[in-house]
Amino acid sequence: MKRRQHYNRHQRTTIIYGILCIVVIIVVLQLWLLTATMNAFLGGDDSVLWPAAFASLGCLALNAGLLWYLYRMERS
Amino acid sequence: MTPHDANPNRQTHLPIVPPGEPHERAHPAATREDITIAPDGRPLAEQPAWRKDFPIDWPRDHHNSRRDFTKFLVLTSLAFVVGQFWIIVQNFIRRRRGRPPIVKVASLSALPVGGVVTFKYPGDHDDCVLVRTKDDALVAYSQKCTHLACAVVPSLDKNSIHCPCHEGFFDLATGRPTAGPPRRPLPRITLDVKGDAIYATGVEVSTA
Repeated sequence: MKRRQHYNRHQRTTIIYGILCIVVIIVVLQLWLLTATMNAFLGGDDSVLWPAAFASLGCLALNAGLLWYLYRMERS
Repeated sequence: MTPHDANPNRQTHLPIVPPGEPHERAHPAATREDITIAPDGRPLAEQPAWRKDFPIDWPRDHHNSRRDFTKFLVLTSLAFVVGQFWIIVQNFIRRRRGRPPIVKVASLSALPVGGVVTFKYPGDHDDCVLVRTKDDALVAYSQKCTHLACAVVPSLDKNSIHCPCHEGFFDLATGRPTAGPPRRPLPRITLDVKGDAIYATGVEVSTA
């Protein structure tokens, strides 16, 4: 049976800092993706729209997973 | 009198924990994790949810603020995904609109070499500029700068199109950006000359 790891507050804050750094990097990546996609759209190139949207969706899933882990850790 | 007021353990002020003192001495219910002691003296686990979100001590406040900022960033991430799909919807609408109509925009005889005519194409709010650069050469572009949509002005002596707002320059012959902040070429209006009439037949956009 899997036991859930318990962390004290100091450890949890360190983990939050780590998750926050990863989330910030992913959000900056998404911002770049959005501006590049908008530039392509305005330039008449629609071949990148769907791949960029799915890539951004993947980033959101990753972010949501990290947030879910964070709240699960808070509850434990 | 509320049940809260009836609690004999209720404290109107937070107990001051001397530096280096274990927190258990401040209140028997407090653990080493609890720096904030609630006014009713009960541990934080038994406190209402809102009290956990408004801590008094700095370490717990840092913890909460970073956690909430992470949550805010994930919402921002969601907004970016919505933006991506909004672009796809806009592209779908643009495709459904189809090719713009063929419209007469000027007469060749009324436009001398070096002459400039403005017209609206394809919509009533889409300003364009037509330039006769040579006797047998005509070019037409959207008048909206690709940087921030300011109106551009052709400058024949410099063989360029100038955006006065942020000093952007485009090549008159191709519409490509040559200087300043614009990165995309001006949308080119395709032209057709039949007899004396100049017709606009479409809009060509490109990324480079």
